[in-house]
Amino acid sequence: MAQILEYLSYPFVRYAVIVGVLIALCSSLLGVTLVLKRFSFIGDGLSHVAFGAVAAAAAMKLTDQTVLVLPVTVLSAVLLLRTGKRAKVKGDAMIAMISVSALALGYLLMHLFPVSGNVSGDVCTTLFGSTSILTLTAADVRLCAWLSAAVLVLFVLFYHRIFAVTFDEDFSQATGMRADRYNMLIAVLVAAVVVLAMNLVGSLLISALVIFPALSAMRLFRSFLSVTVCSAVLSVVCAVLGMAVSILAGTPVGATVVAVDAAAFLVCYVIGAVRGV
Amino acid sequence: MALIKCENLTLGYEGRPVVTGLNFEVNEGDYVCIVGENGSGKSTLMKAILGLVQPLSGQIIFGDGLTQNQVGYLPQLTDNQRDFPATVREVVYSGCIAGMGRRPFFGRREKEIAKNAMERMGILDLAKRSYRDLSGGQQQRVLLARALCAARKILLLDEPVSGLDPKATIEMYDAIDRLNAEGVAILMISHDILAATIKASHILHLGRETFFGTTAEYEASRTGREFMAAP
Ligand SMILES: Nc1ncnc2c1ncn2[C@@H]1O[C@H](COP(=O)(O)OP(=O)(O)O)[C@@H](O)[C@H]1O
Ligand SMILES: [Mg+2]
Repeated sequence: MAQILEYLSYPFVRYAVIVGVLIALCSSLLGVTLVLKRFSFIGDGLSHVAFGAVAAAAAMKLTDQTVLVLPVTVLSAVLLLRTGKRAKVKGDAMIAMISVSALALGYLLMHLFPVSGNVSGDVCTTLFGSTSILTLTAADVRLCAWLSAAVLVLFVLFYHRIFAVTFDEDFSQATGMRADRYNMLIAVLVAAVVVLAMNLVGSLLISALVIFPALSAMRLFRSFLSVTVCSAVLSVVCAVLGMAVSILAGTPVGATVVAVDAAAFLVCYVIGAVRGV
Repeated sequence: MALIKCENLTLGYEGRPVVTGLNFEVNEGDYVCIVGENGSGKSTLMKAILGLVQPLSGQIIFGDGLTQNQVGYLPQLTDNQRDFPATVREVVYSGCIAGMGRRPFFGRREKEIAKNAMERMGILDLAKRSYRDLSGGQQQRVLLARALCAARKILLLDEPVSGLDPKATIEMYDAIDRLNAEGVAILMISHDILAATIKASHILHLGRETFFGTTAEYEASRTGREFMAAP
């Protein structure tokens, strides 16, 4: 305990905790909708696109990578959503193709335009976020806070409409809601969260952050509100726990957080099975 | 003036027509059943009225002060919803959103509308139950209550009794009858031609030949006699 308090006196640890909690919160809120709408693939596809964008930004020697990464990811979110809905045949193959191309292109760029002498180390950091969360600047934290605040406010304001569109898109649209706009809103919010989460867990592990808390919460609760709240709480607790463990044990942050999320899912699964949900 | 009037309506997907030259109307208090073989375009017609599918040609005219977002809709059951974590109350309330304009949260008015709808469907005691734990008949009544929250004068029902056991079917038909007696116009897709001819005031038959008229006219027509005689 004393050790943790000591660590918390370092600003970079405090930054990491703040950003980690915010990311965990935002990703879990959207995760419920994504899982229920069978949109999980979008989170996964976007994380690969974001990796490619980060590599491109690094190759272009941009000081502020978000300027490129955020718009590219948002645009891809819109495209992925379109493809996933329209193309009945091979829609999923299309998405796999886009995401895997982004991944390959990113790796290629990192090789052609190395930022440091250690290319595989850079790749590993981008994919698994090994240390980037501990190198955040105050500006990073501010950006993260603004983006999360935007995600939270939009989510709360549109909560009932997001529920309606998630539960039954046709009905919502028939009663005058522009369901496609809400799908777009969801996709854009997810893109923002993916870009944020790159810092915490790196691009390969983002899906876990989005999906695990929602799936865990669904094992335990039966109303949309309680699933959403539980998912958020669980996600934040797992993120804090994971970061504490990783700092104390010196394990990679992203992988530890995801491991804790996975363990939480197992626990929820067993509790759910015992209670017979 | 009719609540809904379709004039020379042609519907289809990607330019390929499914229903052509359709004319019919639904007036206040009517009970119209849409019958016809599988794939004859019944659900497509309903989606066109709801604005989910654009007509290839022709017109759908709303009258009597009815606007499109005042049409209540009970969709065909989808698998997506079977394991959805939501309470009955949450599902029913979601029907109120259409009438809220830009307000983000439910107010007293929505509470009343939702309570009234649940009362009329006899599901007030289920309000806190989970939607996915209900029987098929109960789920349909929940969705009907949701449709009632959105509807003012007319309900569109897509095969409301398919997959229900006989008892739940009778309860569902009774609930629809009561709503119709209260003045709500019904436009219902039905597989059960016998029930349709007993309940409906008008029949719309889709298929190779389209027919629209009162139930008595339909029973006397060649289209109707052939369809009812088919096994
Ligand atoms: N989204 C769609 N895209 C293309 N064709 C469709 C679509 N939905 C339905 N159809 C076709 O339109 C026809 C009518 O379908 P539908 O209206 O569902 O029939 P019904 O409800 O009478 O059984 C069918 O041949 C079906 O294959
Ligand atoms: Mg149908």
